[in-house]
Amino acid sequence: MNLTLFGQLASFALFSYLVYRFLWDPITDMLEERRKRVADGLAAAERGQRERELAEKHAREVLHGAKEQANEIIANAQRRADEIVEGAKDDARIEGERIISAARSEIEQQMNLAREGLRREVVALAIEGAEHVLKRKIDAKTNNEVLEKLAAQL
Amino acid sequence: MSGLLPDSSNPVEYIQHHLVNLSVGEGFWAFNFDTLLISWLLGGAIVYVGYRVGRNLSIERPSGMQNILEAVLEFVDDLVRSVLGKGHTMIGTLAMTVFLWVLLMNTMDLIPVDLIPWLAGLLGAEHFRAVPTADPQAPLGMALLVFVLMLYYNIRIKGFYQYMMEFLTHPFGIWLFPINFVMKLIEELAKPLSLGLRLFGNLFAGELGFLLVALLPFWVQPVPGTIWSLFHLLVVVLQAFIFMVLTVMYLALAHMGHEEH
Repeated sequence: MNLTLFGQLASFALFSYLVYRFLWDPITDMLEERRKRVADGLAAAERGQRERELAEKHAREVLHGAKEQANEIIANAQRRADEIVEGAKDDARIEGERIISAARSEIEQQMNLAREGLRREVVALAIEGAEHVLKRKIDAKTNNEVLEKLAAQL
Repeated sequence: MSGLLPDSSNPVEYIQHHLVNLSVGEGFWAFNFDTLLISWLLGGAIVYVGYRVGRNLSIERPSGMQNILEAVLEFVDDLVRSVLGKGHTMIGTLAMTVFLWVLLMNTMDLIPVDLIPWLAGLLGAEHFRAVPTADPQAPLGMALLVFVLMLYYNIRIKGFYQYMMEFLTHPFGIWLFPINFVMKLIEELAKPLSLGLRLFGNLFAGELGFLLVALLPFWVQPVPGTIWSLFHLLVVVLQAFIFMVLTVMYLALAHMGHEEH
């Protein structure tokens, strides 16, 4: 046993300190940092995943709402179209009826007119026939009342 | 006689020659220049590489030596955590240093036994032992530091009184305190001794094996030389590992209470 023993002891202590100073400390810090980064990365990934899920849910809701709205709009439009068609039909029917009734009253007027004219002609013919029969002139003025009555009976 | 190794025709002289250190000084004040030189070169290499790697560590893409050193560090740290239950910078650093350093010092054994002594001989050294761990002084010196730290932590963590009570009461209770004291003393002293001598013994045996192989005729040497090298490769790594594990164990035990182990 000689000084080598203590030389080696001192060397061991010195090298241990240097390994601590240059290797252990920096690597431990670095490993800690790396662990933190990995953990952060995983946390961020998880957060991203959750956000994506939320966004998907939101998108689904929006899409659903839009579909409902579209359906509503389509239904409204359908109803409106039906209403318009119905209205048009009514209008057309009323117009047609109006036209028909106007035509009817026209026809009636014309018939009355024709009847009146016919009556007058019949009356004239009757008077003329009577004149011819009676061979005498009948004063139209005096017999007007009789003639009127006759005309009304026709 | 510079650079002249003894002839292998005289086995005893050959082996004895190889087992003498390059020593400077006399008696206790002598020191083995070869052991200290080689261990300093190897320790310096570790510190230099460690400094280069530790200066620009990469978090995102570690490469090469950083991977190796990270793996060693995490391995050592895991070991410390599994024994102690928590990380410990001092124990971890010591264990890591021990592992790397002892591994390199042991590896010197795989360099041909005559090569380094021959090169040293060219420079004028009569003796040169290239394997620091095959010199009992080196492993025992390291074990001594572990022992000193053990005492320090025992007293710091448990307190001097509690530590002494362990000496007096440990295996058999307070009434047999003289026996307890002797047994505990032996137990504590055996720790550094067995730690250092185990490493020394294994490496010394390895070196001796290579010396014996070197005594064989040169055309016989390759086969036993290869077999012994392969076997010794195992010993080199295993002994470095064991030294490291025991360092951790002893220092961790010093941190635990008496009832915990």
